[in-house]
Amino acid sequence: MLDSSLDLHPQVALRPEPFGALAYHYDTRKLVFLKHPDVVRVVQSLADHDTVADALAACEIDERRWPSFDKALTSLYESEMLHERSS
Amino acid sequence: MSAAASAPALVEQLKGGLDAPICLTWELTYACNLECVHCLSSSGRRDPRELSTDEAKAVLDELHDLQVFYINIGGGEPMIRRDFFELVEYSISKGIGVKFSTNGAFIDADKARRLAAMDYLDIQISLDGTDAVTNDAVRGDGSYATAIQAMEHLRDAGFGEFKISVVVTRHNVDQLDEFKALADTYGAQLRITRLRPSGRGADSWHDLHPTQAQQRQIYDWLLAHGDNVLTGDSFFHLNALGEEPLPGLNMCGAGRVVCLIDPIGDVYACPFVIHDEFKAGSVRDTGGFGSVWKHSDLFTELREPQSAGACASCGSYDACQGGCMAAKFFVGIPLDGPDPECVDGYGEAAMLAASAGDVTPPKPMMDHSKPARVPVTITSR
Repeated sequence: MLDSSLDLHPQVALRPEPFGALAYHYDTRKLVFLKHPDVVRVVQSLADHDTVADALAACEIDERRWPSFDKALTSLYESEMLHERSS
Repeated sequence: MSAAASAPALVEQLKGGLDAPICLTWELTYACNLECVHCLSSSGRRDPRELSTDEAKAVLDELHDLQVFYINIGGGEPMIRRDFFELVEYSISKGIGVKFSTNGAFIDADKARRLAAMDYLDIQISLDGTDAVTNDAVRGDGSYATAIQAMEHLRDAGFGEFKISVVVTRHNVDQLDEFKALADTYGAQLRITRLRPSGRGADSWHDLHPTQAQQRQIYDWLLAHGDNVLTGDSFFHLNALGEEPLPGLNMCGAGRVVCLIDPIGDVYACPFVIHDEFKAGSVRDTGGFGSVWKHSDLFTELREPQSAGACASCGSYDACQGGCMAAKFFVGIPLDGPDPECVDGYGEAAMLAASAGDVTPPKPMMDHSKPARVPVTITSR
C-alpha cells in the first residue's frame, strides 16, 4: 500500500474528535474511527502526495511506525474510505 | 456502526463523550395514526408546542455546523407532519443523511417514488410480527397489512435496500428466521432492537419482554447472523451469556455518543428516557442544541466514569456494563443496580426488592396517548 496513490473517497466526511477523527461514508453508510491524530494528519495529506510513503514522510512519521500505518490505511482502503487516485 | 478496530481504549474514550453525537434521534411529532402498546414515546396526539418548520430548519443548520453525519427521524409517525418532505430535503441538502422510522401508512406509490429518488435517505418500516396476528396484537389492527403494502410500494419504486425494524418480544422471538427471510424477499435489511419499559412500554413490558430462555435464543441467533443484521447496539446486556461479544460497540451511548431531540425540542440522553430526570435541556435554550450537548450538567455527569454499584462484584460486569439505564429506571431499579433482564437473574431480585421497598417505578412524563374512546349515546331531548 505504501507505493499506492490514495485519496479520501469523495463521499467520505471527516470529523475531528479528541481521539482522532470519525470518518463517515455517505454511500456505504459506514462509520469508522480514526484512532490517532497522526492517522488523521496522514489521511488528510494523501491528496497532496504521489504515494502513501511520500505522505508519511511529509508528516514526519517515524519509519518504525510505517508498518502500522500501512495496516491502518489498508483497512481504510478495504472499507472504501480511501480510494485509488486516477492521475 | 463498525469500529476499524475494537480496542477497549476507544470505548473508554467514547464514554467520555464526543464533540457531537454520532447517533442523534429526532422525534418529529407525537402525532401517530397507531397506538402501539410498547410505544417508547407514548405517542398519539400532536403536541401544540412542537417545533415549527423554521425552528426545525435552524436545528438542522446547527447539526450541519456540528458535522452530524446523519439523523434518525422518528415520532410518532413522522410522515404525518405536513413539512416532512421539506425537512428531509433540507437536511439532505445540508449534507445530513436521514434515516427515518415509519409504520408505512403514508407511503403510497407516489411517495415511494419520491423517496426512491432521494440520496442519503434510509427508511425503516416497523414490523413486530411476520404475520398479522402477532404484529397487530402489538401495533394495532391492520398495521401488518399497512406495513407490507408500504414495503411493496418501496420495492416497486426501486428504492433499494430499506430496513425492516423489529422490536423483539416473547411473541415474535421465534420468528427471527422468518423476519430475515421476509427482509431477503424484499431486498431489505433486518434490524432488531430490544424492548424497553419506556413510554407505554412501562405497562406492557412485563407481558412482552423475552423470557430468560429466549434471551439465550436471541444471543445465539445474533452470534450466528449478527453481521448482517442491525441492532442499534441494543443487546449488549446479553454479552454476559458467553465469551464471544456481539458485534458492535457494546456500551451505553446515552449522552455520550447518542441523544434524543423530542418533538417540542427537549433534549434527552437517549430515545428511551423521556423523563425529566434525563432531560438535558432544549434546542430552544440560549446556545441551542450544541450548548446542551457540550455543557449540560446531565451529559457532563454521564460522561464521568460510572459506578458499577450493586454489580461491582459480579464477574460479568465488564461484558454487560450493567445493562440499560432506561430499562432499570422505568422498573424502579437504581441506576447502579442490575438490568431487569440481567442474564444472571439479578434483575428479578432487584425488581422484587424495589417493589418490597414500596418503590413505585417512575411514570413517563410526556404522555400523548389518545384518550380512551368512550361510547357516546345520542339521545333526543
